[in-house]
Parts: sequence; structure tokens; C-alpha cells
Amino acid sequence: MTTDRFMTAASDYATQVDSTFWVLVTISGLITLLVASLIAGFCLHYRRGSNARRGRLPERLAYDVEIGWTVATLFLFLFIFWWAASNQLSALDIPVNSLEIHVVAKQWMWRVQQPGGAREINEIHVPENMPVRLAMTSEDVIHDLFLPTMRLKQDVLPGRYTYLWFTATKTGVFHLTCAEYCGTDHSVMAGRLVVMTTPDYARWTNAQPEADDLAHDGEALFRSLGCSGCHAPTSSIHAPDLHGIYGRAVPLSDGRVVTADEAYLRDSILLPAKDVAAGFAPIMPSYRGSVTEDELVKLIAYLKSLSGGPTRLPPQAG
Amino acid sequence: MTDTAIADATVEAQPASYLAAGHTLLSWLTTTDHKRIAILYAISITFFFFIGGIAIALVRLELMTPQGLILTSDAYNRLFSLHGIIMVWFFLVPSIPATMGNFLLPLMIGAHDVAFPRLNLLSWYLYVFGAAFTVYALISGGVDTGWTFYTPLSTNYATGYVIAAAAGVFVVGFSSIATGINFIATAHMLRAPGMTWFRLPLFVWAMYTVSMVMVLATPVLAMSLLLVIAERAFGLPIFDAARGGDPVLFQHLFWFYSHPAVYIMILPAMGVVSEVIPCFARRTIFGYAFMVYALIAIAVIGFMVWGHHMFVAGQSPLANLVFSFLSFIVAVPSAIKVFNWTATLHRGQITFEAPMLYALGFVGLFTIGGLTGLFLASVPIDIHATDTYFVIAHFHFVMVGGTVSAYMAGLHFWWPKVTGRMYSEAWARFAAITTFLGFNATFMPQFVMGWNGMPRRYHYYPDVFQAWHVMSSVGALILAVAYVLPLIYFGWSMIYGRRAGANPWNATGLEWQTSSPPAKENFDHIPRIDAGPYAYDESDHPPAAGDRTLVRSQGETA
Amino acid sequence: MSDAAASLREPWPDLDRQREGVSVGIWLFIVSEMLFFGALFLGYAVYRTLYPEAFRIAGAETAVSYGSVNLLLLLTSSVTMTIAVDASRQARRRTAIICLALTMLLGAAFLIFKGLEYSLDIAKGLFPGADFPLQPPQTQLFWALYWVMTGVHAIHLAIGVGIVGVFAWVLWRRVLPIESPAIVGVATYWHFVDTVWIILFPLLYLVNRS
Repeated sequence: MTTDRFMTAASDYATQVDSTFWVLVTISGLITLLVASLIAGFCLHYRRGSNARRGRLPERLAYDVEIGWTVATLFLFLFIFWWAASNQLSALDIPVNSLEIHVVAKQWMWRVQQPGGAREINEIHVPENMPVRLAMTSEDVIHDLFLPTMRLKQDVLPGRYTYLWFTATKTGVFHLTCAEYCGTDHSVMAGRLVVMTTPDYARWTNAQPEADDLAHDGEALFRSLGCSGCHAPTSSIHAPDLHGIYGRAVPLSDGRVVTADEAYLRDSILLPAKDVAAGFAPIMPSYRGSVTEDELVKLIAYLKSLSGGPTRLPPQAG
Repeated sequence: MTDTAIADATVEAQPASYLAAGHTLLSWLTTTDHKRIAILYAISITFFFFIGGIAIALVRLELMTPQGLILTSDAYNRLFSLHGIIMVWFFLVPSIPATMGNFLLPLMIGAHDVAFPRLNLLSWYLYVFGAAFTVYALISGGVDTGWTFYTPLSTNYATGYVIAAAAGVFVVGFSSIATGINFIATAHMLRAPGMTWFRLPLFVWAMYTVSMVMVLATPVLAMSLLLVIAERAFGLPIFDAARGGDPVLFQHLFWFYSHPAVYIMILPAMGVVSEVIPCFARRTIFGYAFMVYALIAIAVIGFMVWGHHMFVAGQSPLANLVFSFLSFIVAVPSAIKVFNWTATLHRGQITFEAPMLYALGFVGLFTIGGLTGLFLASVPIDIHATDTYFVIAHFHFVMVGGTVSAYMAGLHFWWPKVTGRMYSEAWARFAAITTFLGFNATFMPQFVMGWNGMPRRYHYYPDVFQAWHVMSSVGALILAVAYVLPLIYFGWSMIYGRRAGANPWNATGLEWQTSSPPAKENFDHIPRIDAGPYAYDESDHPPAAGDRTLVRSQGETA
Repeated sequence: MSDAAASLREPWPDLDRQREGVSVGIWLFIVSEMLFFGALFLGYAVYRTLYPEAFRIAGAETAVSYGSVNLLLLLTSSVTMTIAVDASRQARRRTAIICLALTMLLGAAFLIFKGLEYSLDIAKGLFPGADFPLQPPQTQLFWALYWVMTGVHAIHLAIGVGIVGVFAWVLWRRVLPIESPAIVGVATYWHFVDTVWIILFPLLYLVNRS
């Protein structure tokens, strides 16, 4: 991975922030140089035993100098404040006609919903040159969505919506990460901001399965195929409860513990005797030949939608 | 008379030192002598400095590789939390006030002790009691909320010993308040005759202003932690969003204390530097009155800027603007102090003993730290840089490059007064220079990686930042060596160090007119003051030639 | 050496200065306490502004009769405390010690009534949690603040009762002379705790009763 994912200035606002930054670096550098050279210079010139001219400074001179640099400092600092603030004020207007994307943060993942209904996990796809507004909330603790290439971040709070808006001017894949300490896996709560050209974004949006519909279809299949006959809580047959199954660690009857990912769910439907959950008899019938691939996708989408607790994704390398 | 005879005469002529007044442990644990209490504090905070240091050494070791080395994420998170909690409340906040403030305040104003000696001892026991809670939390497994205890993580989601840690900080806060009350009353009521406010050394002004901040700010921290404990222990909704609570309210309460807290950490440091630089430049401080007003301005305006920690917390843009503006204003008095310290060198007769090296290092590092504060006071810059290593670098520049350097300057400056011994100047200078270099190597890379997007409190990190992290960790190793060295040579000096005279630096200030170490009562007769501080005019206080330890100052009355 | 002179402690040069110093110290402590309680009052102000209706509903459930009795007890205790300070200055031993004892008893009575009130509150289920009887959920915020504010106040009062009791005993056994300036410190603290209740009372008991 290159530093472009972090350091690129991917919007006009980001470029402005960078120029403010470099102006400040220059001013600070000059002040530091001034102070350092004065100190070094005085230390050298007035070291004990040197033949520099000494004696008292006139009171008046000392007082004038004092007032002088106090006022100069005050004006310089006020100038910097004004410069930075005017930058900020122009960025405060929420753009009209922005694309509104919803973000839900929870320990330790980002759930994103596109306006077209497409859902993403730890990724946000956006079109370039279009104002995008993220409406964000948290399901648990305070998180923070940090988009370094936009030079933006915003705390994501429980019980409230906070907003972050930008207009991307560069396409590419950029870094997205959590920037408010939120517990164990804070440092791997990262993902990607994918900026695409407008036609690419449209194509991508169309290609997304309508996640809502997928899960609904899956729910209907769950009933029509007879799954709920055993897996419903009220069933008299002893079968594992599937709420929150996706991503959960499942202890198996042979002592192993596996994570219930898509592959596991698929296998459980097609090859139920392969990995039997501990504490349960291997009485589930196989559905190979009774479900199509599409139907499998829908069933798995439905199972994924059965929430019950935080899902744990393996740490990403960034 | 030979040099040795002068030394012997000096030793014999001294009244019984405070160190000789009782040799049992009990005499130390029940003392009301401000000088002994200062030493009790010094031992305690040094112990905790090294605990906090070990925690961060493990963290920096872990950060050598992006995927971690030896720690789980939970362990890593607990280590950086512990580092913050211990360093802020069990080292930095008490550091200069509770050690040097306690030892020197009565001496500098010509008093026998502080206003409330028994309250002083109680304040140390409160420190120890609070520390006990924290050690308990540590031994039991630690806390992982960060030193900032943000809700609802701390109240409803964190595993770990949040209540014990918060209770420890709650208790130690009252140690702060007690010290503050004592110092304010002492400064108001116990100054020697003729010691008017504008004849006080700047160190006394620094103790006075910092005490005001401690008394006014710390109670708010106490209440915010009490509310966290109430919510976590009893389920009482204060910050719980589900029942209408506002987690950001915690942040307001917390930072209302914690911003003035950073001024609690820097004002005493400024006081120390204002004593050291005039002495080793042999020149009165430039602009004494402005230095006093600057201390007061920092203390007062420091209460009005807490929102700059919350620019991305969900505050309104108007609030952001106001806090940003005030944050720029509070930087002005600090800048004035930097110029005045620099101007004090002008036309001086400068020498470079260890205290001076540390003090000059302070001025440089504090300047850089303060300037990067301006970056963070600018809202658009802060939005990008907050919660990254840029902030970590900024506050370590001011707190470590600043306060710890000043603490070391003061430690070396007053060591002869406190112990009656001289330390090894060669080793001390070596340690001072190593500190400066190690510090820059540790924290300069953090500015770079912070601006480039490296977030803070991260156990695992993206590969691209590894080079910077390795640089920083190697710097930290150098810094660690520089911090261990003083333990060794100071320890050595207590047994084998040359005995110091009353005024080895030929400094002004009432504390140098007592013996080294001082007598238990400080002064036989309370002196009468008729001049201001820093009378480093060449005719009265010539720079000592040759071996300083055997020179007696003009004004010695012991 | 007179009783008064025996009060002089290191490092004070004279008794007047010491008295003044103690006064400075105790007032600084009171200021810190004002900020301590101030944070609570700020929380109350914020939430009441956000949820006025919930606060009205919740505030209707506080036991105003207990609160009023407690207000009277504390106000009376401040009177007895003032009389004790006055008597101390005039070296009237019996009056001073009796009034200190009365102050202590009135404070203890407050704590007893407070305890009874707490059990009444708990019997009505008014401790925030799963079975909280009121709606909307923000009523729990009011009650959380109620428990914390009255609890912290009660702890301060209990400490005050202890200090007054010990001080009365110390005077009675002549460990300290009757004119000891320390009584001013004790009284200042006591009046402060009383003042906090004077502020708490309308905030907690009169919210829905105007």
C-alpha cells in the first residue's frame, strides 16, 4: 500500500487545508528559527568571559521592546486565526442536492447504506464531483469517521446524527478509519473510501443486489423450505437458534471452533453432516438439489440479517 | 585558610539540618516539615514516573511492527491508558508544585513553613491513597478507556477496572486541591516583612497562579469522574443516550478541568525556568512585570478554551469559532514569556551548567510545542490532525520537552540546597544533551506521521507508517537512558557527592541564604526584605570563578 | 500562657494572622466545593432545558413534605451554629457547647429523615433501571440526578455532623480553648452545606409544584 491512500488531497477543501497547513509550517518555522538563533547567538556572544559589550539596557528601551513584540505577536496570532477561520466558514454550508449516505458505526465495523438501498460494510462508494453528505450514528460507543484524504473527521455519537460532507475531486481508493478510541479492535475498524467516475458509480450501484429484497426473499424461503419448522424458537425439535449466527464462533461436536461465515452457512444447508454444532444431533436433512444458487444467496442474506450481537471481522492489514 | 578549612568551617557553622531532625521512618511519615513532605512526594512521583515509563516502553516496543509483537490489543489498550493516567495525575500534576513548591515556597518568602503544615501531610497521604486505588486497578488487570474516560465507553462498554482507576484519580485530585489551598494561604499570609507581591520571585508567582487553577478546576474533574462511577456502578443514567443523557456533556465537564490541567503542568515549569535562566546568565529577568501578568493571563484565559478539544465532538460551528479564537489569545502570554527568557540572555555572562542546559532546552522545545498548539487551535487543521499522532507529538513537546525538562532543571538547580551535596556536572550535562536529542528523535517523527493520517491509540497500524514508528521507538530508547542516568548520579551524589555550600551557584533568592541543607525552621530570624528578586547586577553577585561549591555568597546569614 | 495564646501554631507569627489564614483556607475550600456541586447543577440545568416535560413529570414524585422538614431542620441548625460561634467569641462555654450539640442533632435528624425518604422513594420504584415506573425515559435522568445530588449532599452533611460533634467534644474536654478560632471554619462549612440544600430544595421538590 502506498501513502497515496492517506496523503492525497482528494477534494478542493483538502487542498485548501493543506495550504493553510503549509503557511502555518512556514510561519512556525521562521519563528522557531528566530528564537533558536537568538538563543544560540546570545549564548555564544555573551558566554562568560567573552569581550562583548554589556551593562544595563535603558528602562525605556526595554519597555518599548516589550510592548512591541506583545502587539506584534497578538496581531500575528489574530491573523492566523482569521485566515484559518475564513477557510472554515466557507466549508460550513451544507451543499444542496448532496448524495446522502447513511453510516452506522458499531464495535468494530462501519455499516453503510447507499441511497439506492445498496449496503456496504467498511466501504463507502461515492461518485466524484458530487457533494456527498454522510449521516452518521453509532449503535454503542462514540466512534469517529476519519477520511484522511478529505482532511475530515467527525465523531459518530449514539442517539444522535452527526454529519460529514465533501465533494471528491479525485478518483481512487482511499483510507477510511475510526479515530475515536472505542475499545479492543479500535485499530482495525478501518476500510476504504472508493471514489469513482459518475458512470462507474452508476454501474456499480445497479450491480448491487437490493439487499432489502434479498433478505425478504430469503425469509420467505426459510419458511417455504421448512427451515423454521425446526429452527424457530417455539419448535419442539432441538435445533440451533440462528439469531446472530453470522460471524459468531460456533463450537463443533468434534471440539473445533469455527466462525460462521458465508461458507459455513452454505455448507450447513448443503452438507449439514460436515460440521455439526456441539450439543446437537446430526438430524438436519441436506438441501442439495432443493435450492438453487440464487436461493442460497437469499437465504444467506436473510441469515445475515438476523442480528444478535457484534460481528467480529478478522483484522485487516490496512 | 585553605579550601578544606573553609569547607570544614562551613559545615561546622551550620545549624542542625532538617534531614537530621529524626532518623526513624515514623519521623518521616508523621512529619509536618514542608521540606520532608517535599521529599516524600519526590520519592512517590519518581516511582510512578518509572511505572508510567515502563508502560510506554512496552507500547513503543510493540509499535516497532505494524501487526504487533508481544501484546494482545486489550493489553496494549490498557498500557497506553495506564501511561496517560499515571503520567498526568501521579507525575506531572504534582511534580513541580508538590516537590519544589513545597520545599521552596516558605524559604523563598521567608517563612518557617507553609500555612497549614498538617494539611500538607494530609495531601501526601491523599496522594498515596489515590495511588493505591490505581495500583490496585493496575495489578487487577488495568483499565482501557484511555486517560480521558470518555462515555459511554467507560460507563457501559469497557471491561477493566474503570471504577478503581476513576476512584484513584478522584482521591488524588483532593491532594491537588489541598496543596493549592495551602500555597495560596501561604503566599497571602506568610510573606516576610518587606516582601511585597512585586518583590516575589517568579517561581512563587507560578506556585500562586497554579494553585488558583488547581483549586478551581480539580473539583469539576472530581464530579465528572464521580458521575462516571455512579453510572457504571449503579446504572444511574447521566450520560446514557438511550435515556436522554448526553455523552458529550461528559466531555465538557472533563475538559473544563483537563485543559486548565495542562496549565497546571506548565505554569510551575515556567516558574522554574524563570529562576534558572537569570542565575546562569547573571542577569535580572527581562520584563518582570510582564512575566507576572503573563502567568495570570495564562491561568485565567486557560479556563475559557476547553472546547478546542472538542472541535469534532459534535459542537456547533459557532462554539468552535469562539474556542478557536480564545485559544489563539491564550498563546500570546506564552509567547511573551519565551521572548523575555531569550532577552534575559542579552548582555549576560552565560555559563552552561546542567540546570541551564535543561532550561534552554525547555525554551526551545516549549516554543515548538506551543507553535504546534496554534496549528491545533485552527479548526480546519485540527479537524484533520485531532486524534492523530500530531496531537500526541504536540502535547509531549509541551509536557515532556517542556515540563519534564523544567523539572530536571529545577532538580539539578536545587539539589545542593535540598541534599547539601553536589551532583556530577559532567554526567548531568551528558544526560541533559541526551535528553534533548532523544526527545526530538522520539517525537519529531510523530508530527509527520500524524499529519499523514496515523491515528492515535492504535495497536495495529498501516504498513506505511512503520519507518516513522521505528524512528520514534529508537528515540524513546535514547530518552529512557537519559532519564535513568540521573537516578544513578543523583543516588551516587547522596553518598559520595562533594558537600555543597549555602549558595553554590551564587544565586539571589532567600532560599540560598540558608544552609545547605536548611535547618528545620528555615530561618533563625525572619529576614526583612528591601529589594526585588534577581539582583544579578555584577557588583553584588559576581560570577564565581573556579570551584563554585566553596564560595560563600555576600548575603548569607546562617 | 493564656488559653488563647496556646492556640498559636507554627508557622504563624501571631494569632490574628493565624485566624485570618484559617479563614482564607476555609473559604478557598468552600470555593472548591462550589465548583464541585456546580458541575452537578450544570448537568441539571442542561437536562432540564432539554427535557422540561420529563422533569415536571419526574419532579412530581419527590416527597415534598420530607424535603420541607429537612429544609427547616437545616435552617434551624444554621441558627444554632451561629449562636455557638457568637457564644464562643464571648467565652460563654455552656451556650457554645450546647448549641454545637444541637446543631449536630439537627443535622443527624436530617440524615434520619433523608434515610426514611430514600426508603419511600425506593418503595415507589424511583431508582433508575429496568422497572422504572415513569415515562418518558428522560424522567430517569431527573431521578439519577436526584440520587447523586442528595447523596453527595448527605455525605457532606454526615461529615459535617462528625466534625461538629468532635469539635464540641474537643471544646468540652478543654483540648482547645473556648475562644478557639477554629469554630469559624467549622461554622463556615456548616453554613455552606446548608446553602447547598437551600439550592437543591427548589430544584428537586418545587419543580412541579408552583
